[in-house]
Amino acid sequence: MKRGNPLRQRLAALGLLGIPLLTYPLLSLPSGSWNGIPASFLYLFGVWTLLVVLAAGVAERRGK
Amino acid sequence: MLSAGFILLLSAAYLGLLFAVARFGDARADAGRSIITANVYALSLAVYCTSWTFYGSVGRATSGGLSFLTIYIGPTLMLLFVGVIIKMIRISKAQRITSIADFIASRYGKSQLLAGLVTVIAVIGVVPYIALQLKAVSASLEVLLDHSGASFMPPMFDSTFVIAALLAVFTILFGTRHLDATERHEGMVAAIAFESVVKLLAFLAVGLFVTYGMFGGFSELFQRAAAAPELARLLQLDSSRSGTWTALILLSGLAIIFLPRQFQIIVVENVDESHVRRAVWLFPLYLVLINIFVLPLALGGLLHFQGQSFNPDTFVLTLPLSRGAEALALLVFIGGLSAATGMVIVETIALSTMVCNDLVMPWLLRLRWFGVSERRDLSGILLGIRRAAIVLILLLGYIYFRAAGEAYALVGIGLISFAAVAQFAPAMFGGMYWKQGTRAGAVAGLLGGFAVWLYTLLLPSFARSGWIDPGFVEQGLWGIGALKAQALFGLSGLDEISHSLWWSLFANIGLYVLVSLNSRPEALEAGQAERFVDVFRHGERGSDARLWRGTASVDELVSLLERFLGPLRARQQLATFAAAHGAADWKALPADAEFVRFAEAQLSGAIGSASARVMVASVAREESLGLDEVFDILDEATQVRAYSRELEIKSRELEAATAELREANERLRELDRMKDDFISTVTHELRTPLTSIRAFSEMLHEDPELDLADRTRFLGIIVNEAERLTRLINQILDMAKLESGRAEWTAADVDLGEVAREAMASLEQLFRDKGVALESEIPAHGPVVLADRDRMTQVMINLLSNAVKFVPGATGRVKVRVKADGRQVRVEVEDNGPGLSAEECLVIFEKFRQGGNAMTDKPQGTGLGLPISRQIVEYFGGNLWVESRPGAGARFIFTVPLPAPEKITGET
Repeated sequence: MKRGNPLRQRLAALGLLGIPLLTYPLLSLPSGSWNGIPASFLYLFGVWTLLVVLAAGVAERRGK
Repeated sequence: MLSAGFILLLSAAYLGLLFAVARFGDARADAGRSIITANVYALSLAVYCTSWTFYGSVGRATSGGLSFLTIYIGPTLMLLFVGVIIKMIRISKAQRITSIADFIASRYGKSQLLAGLVTVIAVIGVVPYIALQLKAVSASLEVLLDHSGASFMPPMFDSTFVIAALLAVFTILFGTRHLDATERHEGMVAAIAFESVVKLLAFLAVGLFVTYGMFGGFSELFQRAAAAPELARLLQLDSSRSGTWTALILLSGLAIIFLPRQFQIIVVENVDESHVRRAVWLFPLYLVLINIFVLPLALGGLLHFQGQSFNPDTFVLTLPLSRGAEALALLVFIGGLSAATGMVIVETIALSTMVCNDLVMPWLLRLRWFGVSERRDLSGILLGIRRAAIVLILLLGYIYFRAAGEAYALVGIGLISFAAVAQFAPAMFGGMYWKQGTRAGAVAGLLGGFAVWLYTLLLPSFARSGWIDPGFVEQGLWGIGALKAQALFGLSGLDEISHSLWWSLFANIGLYVLVSLNSRPEALEAGQAERFVDVFRHGERGSDARLWRGTASVDELVSLLERFLGPLRARQQLATFAAAHGAADWKALPADAEFVRFAEAQLSGAIGSASARVMVASVAREESLGLDEVFDILDEATQVRAYSRELEIKSRELEAATAELREANERLRELDRMKDDFISTVTHELRTPLTSIRAFSEMLHEDPELDLADRTRFLGIIVNEAERLTRLINQILDMAKLESGRAEWTAADVDLGEVAREAMASLEQLFRDKGVALESEIPAHGPVVLADRDRMTQVMINLLSNAVKFVPGATGRVKVRVKADGRQVRVEVEDNGPGLSAEECLVIFEKFRQGGNAMTDKPQGTGLGLPISRQIVEYFGGNLWVESRPGAGARFIFTVPLPAPEKITGET
């Protein structure tokens, strides 16, 4: 019996991490701006890109 | 210099290119060299990004700031739950599922009712979305033509209608060239992946142009926007709209897998499960890239066109045009066309398959006059139905565009569709993870959710454009305030999408769960539930075939296949099936359950699972299995697995128990043998002295003439033997007492040195008689141990008398040593007798084992002395053993532990 595929679990863990990071109330934390660029814009794209990069790392780690 | 003709030509050329890519993909697929790699699969998912993304996001950002991002964050998060997607793919492959309607219908007992219901919801729900594409293309065309002052069409034609017609033709060419048993279109997937790249590049190009060409980059653009009060609010997230934010993430997360075209691309068109692994990050990366410039474009447009009238949905075109960058505007137009075309193609193909398989076919199959059974080849009719469905769907899209399209921005229209397909979520997730979900529950949930959606979202969209009376939105149905369409039961303060989503999902989930719990599934349904929920546990085939029982004929099934698939394709599939089963010719195959299943699966690919089931049932006489029977078979499968595991454990336990039993039995037998030996030995030992006593007594009795000397000698022997007999019996009794634990012991302080000296003294005469030297090495006092003095004396005497027995006369020498170390007293009795072999060293402690050769020598002792001595020593916690080599004398040693030294108790 196959149970608990580690790849699926790691990715799902990323998803569970991403939900609170990309919704309120955490989303209301960033304020102000950096170099003219609003912090909320940087935060959203930053977290989002980070999730994608981590997912890529997990998914591609052991080749095909 | 953009003439209408040039735009038309360019568009046609681009669509031709897409078509060429598709043909190439199909050709490669037919040749068995698929071009669908993991990257192509991941890019084809970007069919999610339609005109909505391309034009609408910018428009949305001009009013809602960053909230447009929710539509892309939801799918990113959803895809991370890759187990759900893999499960959908696995189920669909095992069940030959061709659409989301087929999926839901198949799960709930291949129900035609459900298939039709899902199809209706999908078509009605997605129509606004198609209207959105038409609106976007027509608006973009208008912008280009306005700019050049040219006219595309003679005024009596409606350009949107023309676009819809062209898209219909193109889709028909694209998607319904042949009828595939798996409904897979590799060429189409390749073309979609291609157009995804084009639209991304076009969007990035205009993003870079506006951000860096028209403004001085991100920083400057944002700073200028922050300076304008009406723009500054777009830069901040509005936490008062957090409910909408969450709702939109949920909505888009569901849409990414439940929109008919997404289901088609992700599940049906998937050729290899491992491709999902790439899609899980490459597609979100695509989404990040295509969204980076959305907010800058929106801000740029607002800053640039300040004080003029503008349509924010077409900023991506009007901005480059305002700077005269016509080539870039053309590229953007092609990108937008690309996005719209891709969406329309995949969506209408998916929907037309559903309409044909799940709505029209079941109806046709019931019509007698249509005469399904007389027609030889139905595949042409199937294709015809699909083509008609494509035309119809685009027509509906056009009608919606005319009816409600003007009142909404692009994104607003799209969200209406999202909310509609979200209604599939309870039945889908429930179907995949909850065996208890029933058809009645699914129907109730879907109907309830759909009705709420219709009332709170779709009808108000018509009302807004004045098509129907807006009274039910403003005052509530029949004037009842609680029934206001967009503030149902007084729920206000939400935007219309969240409002509709919460109410419809509430009704949907509630009805699905409640009705499911209160209804009983049919046999077929229960079987399907098991196969769906436990798809990872069931093998590809496994128990499936056992759920069908009945009689069928190969010929009838084959003719069925030929009618629906076309003779050529049917024969190909049959040959493959026969080869897989090791038969040279399909005619030789038995019409067993597996063949019936194969035929049904092939038909499912062409006409959907519900219709396929009806068709197969029309030629095969199936014995109906009762619900209980199905449960039994399914239980059997699970139980067999459980049992075999249990059995394995039991048999291992049994083996262990058997081994233990065998060991115990061995021990018992050994004991039994020892008891027998003991008795026979005892008897023998007792008989020896008795025999001699009797023999001499008889001689004395029978011969009164015997002289005195003989008489005295005989009587002496008799006395000796009687003494030996008494001793023997005493020792046997002693032994028995010791062994049974009934011996009486006294424990007192015993000076072992003194015991040794006394024993030596009592045997001194014996030693002197034999001329054996007796030496000792004993401390003057002590050592003192806790023991039974008489018993210790018994041990000492036993060892000494043994020694004197075996040493040679005159030269014999016996030495006694007593010494104590920290923990115990060690007593040695050493002789210079013949010694013992290693084996003898062990056996002399067994009962009745005599030293020396028992066959030749006259027994010199009882054979119980050493075993008794050992018992005594061991009783007091010591050991008795012998160290010896043949010819080197023997040394018997025993130890007795010293009592633990008393603890010093305190200082006082």
